[in-house]
Amino acid sequence: MAYLTDRKRAVGMGSAKTGTDHHWHMIISSVALLGLIPCFVFTFGHALGMEYSDALAYYHRPFPAILAVLTLMVGFLHFRNGVQTLIEDYMQGMARKVALIAMICLSYSAAAVGVFALIRIAL
Amino acid sequence: MADVNRGNRPLSPHLSIYRWQMTSASSIFTRITGNGLLVGALLIVWWLTALAAGPQAFARADAVITSWFGNLVMVLSLLALWYHTLAGVRHLIWDAGHMLDVGQSEKAAYVIIAGSVVLTLLTVVLV
Repeated sequence: MAYLTDRKRAVGMGSAKTGTDHHWHMIISSVALLGLIPCFVFTFGHALGMEYSDALAYYHRPFPAILAVLTLMVGFLHFRNGVQTLIEDYMQGMARKVALIAMICLSYSAAAVGVFALIRIAL
Repeated sequence: MADVNRGNRPLSPHLSIYRWQMTSASSIFTRITGNGLLVGALLIVWWLTALAAGPQAFARADAVITSWFGNLVMVLSLLALWYHTLAGVRHLIWDAGHMLDVGQSEKAAYVIIAGSVVLTLLTVVLV
């Protein structure tokens, strides 16, 4: 290791590997969310505070349900990529790996639980 | 050898020596709001799960989320959401190669802050 030059040690690190792809996916999901978020805020905000049967009937309808499915899926994917950057910036070594795996698993799990709930309401 | 004097060289100055600026502060807030939104998102997932599970589970989740503390969390999440959304628009504009100088970025930061407050108030009033 001690014989490696500084340049050799740096080549292939950072955005030279998957950074561009990561950034591009961040752009795609942010543009998608730009459309989804305002619609979701107003549909979910409308449903929040309703009685149980009214809320159930509301999320039984296709538009609010599909909107919520898309927002949860794209939103948690966007979060998964964003939190990855946060962890990579502030943590090193084993702690970084553990945090990355935990937060990525949490992101996919939360999206899956939410989507499953919406499917169950719809059916 | 490349490793001579490694760990004993002067490092470039970091965050602590700079005064607060609109450009850095608005960027830091983008990160804080984006990651903090996890809390609100998980509450929404819980609410939907409870709605799917039945009236008892729904009553429990709904009581927490519409309590004064739940309302506080949801309104702060809303503010964070609008801030992060507007800051995301600024990122998209930057990525397209526009508004990259300090003056324009600062102006955009003020628009983002004012815009997120206005949008939050509008949402609270309209919803």
